Amino acid sequence: MTPRLNELWVYLSATPLLGLTLTLLAYQLAFWLYRRSGMNPLANPVLIAVAILVTLLMSTGTSYQTYFDGAQFVHFLLGPATVALAIPLYTQFRRVRAMFWPILAGLAAGSLTAVVSAVLIARWLGASLPTQLSLAPKSVTTPIAMGVAERIGGIPSLTAVLVIATGVLGAVSARWIFDAMRLRDPAIRGFSIGVAAHGIGTARAFQVSEQSGAFAALAMGLNGAFTALLLPVVVGWL
Amino acid sequence: MLAALTQLLVFQLAGEVIARGLDLPVPGPVLGMLFLFFALLMRGGPDNELRDTSQNLLQHLSLLFVPAGTGIMVHLHRVGDEWLPLLVALMLSTVATLVVTALAMRLCQGRKTGDAA
Repeated sequence: MTPRLNELWVYLSATPLLGLTLTLLAYQLAFWLYRRSGMNPLANPVLIAVAILVTLLMSTGTSYQTYFDGAQFVHFLLGPATVALAIPLYTQFRRVRAMFWPILAGLAAGSLTAVVSAVLIARWLGASLPTQLSLAPKSVTTPIAMGVAERIGGIPSLTAVLVIATGVLGAVSARWIFDAMRLRDPAIRGFSIGVAAHGIGTARAFQVSEQSGAFAALAMGLNGAFTALLLPVVVGWL
Repeated sequence: MLAALTQLLVFQLAGEVIARGLDLPVPGPVLGMLFLFFALLMRGGPDNELRDTSQNLLQHLSLLFVPAGTGIMVHLHRVGDEWLPLLVALMLSTVATLVVTALAMRLCQGRKTGDAA
């Protein structure tokens, strides 16, 4: 790089502007591709945006910390967005109340399956203990999962990545799995994807229908609370 | 939009304060969501502004996961060493969770409608 360009780069990488702008640009490009593919779940916008950013950051030798100084403003919005999930939940409340018992059964069965199967499969294939523990809360939303991982001895930042990978996998595979099961009820489809694949699954469910989205949001909230309470106990048994 | 965003932040803050104050394992935003939900029940629904702002925020929910996801670059080494157990565990466990949750719900619902018939 010429000295001028070098100076410019030093300036840019010291402000939050770069990380923030790059995140928005990468996401919009990813979302455009997703739309172009006819909302094909394989073209998941989170997956594509992350791939673009990692490639860009690594090829320019920019550290994740530098990037995150800017991107944290987007990350912060996860909090208010979680609170905002109360609105679709309210809109669908009658349907939710009518399905009280199925919801409880699905939550208990799904939440335990998510934790126990992930830990046991990883252990069976020889993953290290910190990796197993980082995997345990993979189906709950990022802020909860990171907190839980820290408490049980996992690596919070690794958990964040595994949570997102889980969300992408769930969002990608759910449609085919439900179709193969001949499951049509948008409430059950939404709730299951929310238990298995938290916010990314919920985002996908909202793109399909508002009812699916509301049930996914409910499942995400319930599973987050349930896992936060139960995981420290369950991990002791495993 | 400003009033709605302020409301969301106030509920998040209330959730955060109570979760930490009472040392609850539930994260603040989830508690904030519950508080707002109960407030909506009492108020008889959200006003238009809150509805629109929330819709805008939720429409691009997936954007909000991008910064954390990019963190994979810090863990490329561990992920490279343990990619097989990680990949298999994530894939099988996610599919199992989807199937088990849906089956449990259908079973529970099916029995109830069976009783009624």
